[in-house]
Amino acid sequence: MSGTHGTETTAGPVEGHVPPEATSATGEAGDNSAGMAAVTRVARATLSPNGVIDDPTELRTYECDGLAHYRVTPALVALPETTEQLAAVVRACSEHRVPFVARGSGTGLSGGALPRADGVLIVTSRMRTIREIRREDQRAVVDPGVINLDVTRAATPEGYYYAPDPSSQQICSIGGNLAENSGGAHCLKYGFTSNHVLGAELVTPQGDIVQLGGLAPDAPGYDLLGTVVGSEGTLGIATTTTVRLVRLPEEVRTLLAGFRSTDEAGAATSAIISAGVLPAAIEMMDALAIEAAEAAVHCNYPAGAGAVLVIELDGASAEVEHEYAQVERFCTENGAFELRLATDPAERALIWKGRKSAFAAVGRISPDYIVQDGVIPRTALPEVLRAIAALSSSSGVRVANVFHAGDGNLHPLVLFDDARPGAGRAAEEVSGAILDLCISHGGAITGEHGVGVDKAAYMPKMFTDDDLDTMQMVRCAFDPDNISNPGKVFPTPRLCGEVPGKRKHAHPLVEAGLADAF
Amino acid sequence: MTTAARTRLDSARTALSSACSEVVDATPADAVDGVPVGLVARPASTAEAAEVLRAAAVFGLVVVPRGRGTKTSWGRPPEQADLVVDLSRMSAVVEHAAGDLIVKTEAGALLADVQAAVGSAGQRLSLDEVVPGSSIGGTLATNTSGPGRVAVGTARDLLLGVTVVRADGVVAKAGGRVVKNVAGYDLGKLVIGSFGTLVIVTEAVFRLHPVPAARRVVSVSAGSPDDVQRLVQLVVHAQVVPAAVEVEWSGTGGGTVGVLLEGTAAGVEGRAAATIALLGGDAHATDELPAGWGRLPWADEPVAGRPTALKATFALSALSRVLAAGQAAAGAAGVQLHLRGSGGAGVLYGALPAGTDVAAVREVVGRLREACALAGGALVVLDGSPEVKAGMDTWGPVPAIDLMRRVKEQFDPERRLAPGRFVGGI
Repeated sequence: MSGTHGTETTAGPVEGHVPPEATSATGEAGDNSAGMAAVTRVARATLSPNGVIDDPTELRTYECDGLAHYRVTPALVALPETTEQLAAVVRACSEHRVPFVARGSGTGLSGGALPRADGVLIVTSRMRTIREIRREDQRAVVDPGVINLDVTRAATPEGYYYAPDPSSQQICSIGGNLAENSGGAHCLKYGFTSNHVLGAELVTPQGDIVQLGGLAPDAPGYDLLGTVVGSEGTLGIATTTTVRLVRLPEEVRTLLAGFRSTDEAGAATSAIISAGVLPAAIEMMDALAIEAAEAAVHCNYPAGAGAVLVIELDGASAEVEHEYAQVERFCTENGAFELRLATDPAERALIWKGRKSAFAAVGRISPDYIVQDGVIPRTALPEVLRAIAALSSSSGVRVANVFHAGDGNLHPLVLFDDARPGAGRAAEEVSGAILDLCISHGGAITGEHGVGVDKAAYMPKMFTDDDLDTMQMVRCAFDPDNISNPGKVFPTPRLCGEVPGKRKHAHPLVEAGLADAF
Repeated sequence: MTTAARTRLDSARTALSSACSEVVDATPADAVDGVPVGLVARPASTAEAAEVLRAAAVFGLVVVPRGRGTKTSWGRPPEQADLVVDLSRMSAVVEHAAGDLIVKTEAGALLADVQAAVGSAGQRLSLDEVVPGSSIGGTLATNTSGPGRVAVGTARDLLLGVTVVRADGVVAKAGGRVVKNVAGYDLGKLVIGSFGTLVIVTEAVFRLHPVPAARRVVSVSAGSPDDVQRLVQLVVHAQVVPAAVEVEWSGTGGGTVGVLLEGTAAGVEGRAAATIALLGGDAHATDELPAGWGRLPWADEPVAGRPTALKATFALSALSRVLAAGQAAAGAAGVQLHLRGSGGAGVLYGALPAGTDVAAVREVVGRLREACALAGGALVVLDGSPEVKAGMDTWGPVPAIDLMRRVKEQFDPERRLAPGRFVGGI
C-alpha cells in the first residue's frame, strides 16, 4: 500500500506574495470586544484550561494556514475536544455576533482557514478519534481532526482504504477535506471528498447540532450534506463524519513515462482517456518541475525529459494487465522514450515521491512562487500549456507545471524572487492570466484548493452576480448573520434580508483593494 | 377552481403567452397527482423558462415543473398547481465533448436520447433509466438510480454543472463543464432529489464513462434474508469489482442475488469465474441481464390501479434485517411485498399491489421504517393511491428539516414551486 494511494513528504506552508493588510475581510482586532469577552468566558467555562488560547504570542502560531502569505492573528483560539464543546463555542459566537473560522490541520492552500482578527479560530486538532471502522458497511466514522491517511491506516488491515488523497494527506484532516471538497491524484477514477463523505454531524452557525446523511445513502430531503461539503466552512462546522471505505485493489501498476515535450505527454493522455481506459491517476510534470523534484528528492526521473507522466492503474488483475498494455502502447505511439514500471512498493513510492514533493521542491529553484489550481477541459491541455509557455516567455516569469493531467486540473507554479522589485507583481499578473486562460477555455478557477480568501476576487470572472447571489441564498439559509468564516469564497456578501447597515463594510474585499491584488 | 383564481389565470395567460410561444389550457391529463392544473407552458429555452417564471411570479401562480411526466405522482400531491412548466421542448443534447467525457443537455432531453448521443462515441451517462421515458430533469428532481450505483454512484456523483431558473425568474448557474471544480457552492447537489420545490433545472452537464467492452451477470439463489446478506457481503469484500449487486426478493420468500461484472472481455470472464466460485450454490453466468433488472418492482404490477411504491435505505450490513422485517410485516398484514434493489449499495425498492388495504400498507411501512432507521436509513413511500398517501406520513421523519425549510424559504419564499410535495410539507 505504501505509496500507492499516497504516502508522501509533508507539505509545508506555501510561500507566496503580497500579504494583505488587516482588512474588513479579515476583521479588525477589537471589533465587538464585549462580544469577544463573552465568547471567551463561555470557552473558558466549557473547554479544558489549555483549550483556550488568548496569549498574543501563542495566537500567532495560528495566523495562517498553508497559504502563508495571508496572515491574521485571531482574537481567540478554541480547541474543543467534543462536538458539544465545539457547539457551545459556536452558540456563544452566534449569540454575540462574533465571527468564527474552523481549522483542521491548517494545510489549505487558499487561505480558507485564515483567521479573523475579530473572531474565534476553532481548531479541531483535539478531535482525532476514529470511532468506527465498519468493514461490513464499507464505512468509517471519524472525528473531524482525524488525519486523512490515518483513516486508510486504520482500514488497511480490513482490506480497505479511504480514497481521496490530497498531497498533504499525512497531515491534513478529514474535517478540512470535507470543508474544501479535497481532491488528490487519484480522484480521476475515485472522485473527490464529496463522493466519499456520506454523513456528517454539522454544528450550524447557530450552534445547533444536526445530522446530515449517515451510514445509509439517499437520505430523504435536500442533500444538505452535498452542499456543505466544499462550502469552505461557511455553512457551519462538520464534526463526526461518515466516509466511504474503498476496497484495496487487487493489483496496482505505476508507470513512469518520459516524453520530449508536454505536447507529446498531453497527446498520450488524450489517447488513453479517449480509448476508454480510466487509470486511477495520470499526473504530468514539465521540465522545470522535474528539475525541481530532482534537486529536492532525487527521484531519478528520465534524463532529458521535457515532460513525464505518472500513470497508475489499479483494480482486478486481469483488467489491469489489459489496460497496462494499452497505456504502454499509447505512450510509445506518442513519443515516450522511456517507460519505467514500478514493480514493488519501494519503486512505486519513488515515482510518487517526485510528483508529490513537487510543490515543496520548487523552493529549491525559486525563492518564491505562487501555486495555481485552475481546471480546463482535458482536450484543451496542449493549447493551454502552449499559451502558458508563451505567457512565461513574454513576461520572463518562469512557470513550472505539475498537474492532474487526467482531469485537466493544472497546478502551474509561478516562480519569482520577491527580493527583486516588481517581480512579485509580474508573477501575480502571469498567475492571473493563467486563471483567465482556464476560464476562457470553459474551465474553473479552482479544482481542489478552494476559493478561500485567495480567489474570491476571481469568482465574478467565472460566475455572474445572479449565480453568486443564488449560491448565497444557501449561505443565508444556514448563516443569516454571516459569522461562519465570513469573507471567504464570495467577493461580496449577500444581505440576508436583515436590517441593512448592520455591517460596517458592504463590500469588504473590494474596499480592501484585494480585487486589485490580482 | 374559484372565480378569483380563474380570473387570475386569465390575466396570467396573456403575460405567459408573451413570455413563451406555447401556453395552453391544461387538460385532465395534466393533473399533478390528482391536483388539477390551470395552464401548461412549454418554454423552448432557458430564457423562455425564465420569462415564464417571472410572469408566474407577478401573478402569484403556483408552478409545478414537469420533464416528461413519468413520475409526476411521486411525492405528495402539491397543494395547488396553477401552472405546469413542461420542459419537453427543451430536449436537446447541447454538447457532447467526447474527448472530455462530458455531455451538456437540456433538462427535457430524454435520458434515452442522451445515451444514444453519447453512445455513438462508446460512452454512457452512468445513470440507469429505471423509469422508462424519463427526462434528465425528472431524473434529477427525483434522484432515481439503478443497479449501476454500486460502481459509479448516483446523480450527485455525475452532475458537474446546472443551469436553473429560480421562482423569481432569475437564471443562475453553478458548477461548470469540467470534471473537477470546487469554485462556489455545489447547487447541483441541492437540486438533486428536490422534487421541483427549489428551482427549475433547465440545463445540466454530466461526466460520462466509457462503455465497457464486455459484461456478464452472475446470478445465484438465496433462500433466506441471512443468505442474501451473506452472498452480498462475499461479493463486495472480494476482488471481483462488481458494477452492480442486485437483490430480488419475491413476496413469497426466497430471492436472487445478481452480480454485474463489466470490463474487458478477458477480465470479465475471469472475474465471472471467480464470482461463481465465491458464491457457490447454483451460481451461473449469463450475458443477458436477468428479467426485471434495473426496473422498479412496482412496474411489474398490473397496469390498472396504483401500487404502493417504497424506497428503503440502510447500512449494508442491515440488508438481512430489512428483508426480514419486510417479510415479517407483509406476512403479518397478509399482503404481498416484492423487494428489489441495490443490495450492494443499501437500497431496496418495494411494491405492494394496488388495492392493498391502507392499514396493511401502514403496518408494512411502519415496520420497514423501523428497521431502516435502526440501520441509519429511511423508508419513503414514493408513490401510492390517494388513500395510501392520505393515510400515512409518506416521507417519514427527516433530520435537519428546519434547515431544509430555511433553504426553501430562501429560494421560494412565497412557496410557489410544487408546495407540499416534499418532505415536511415543503
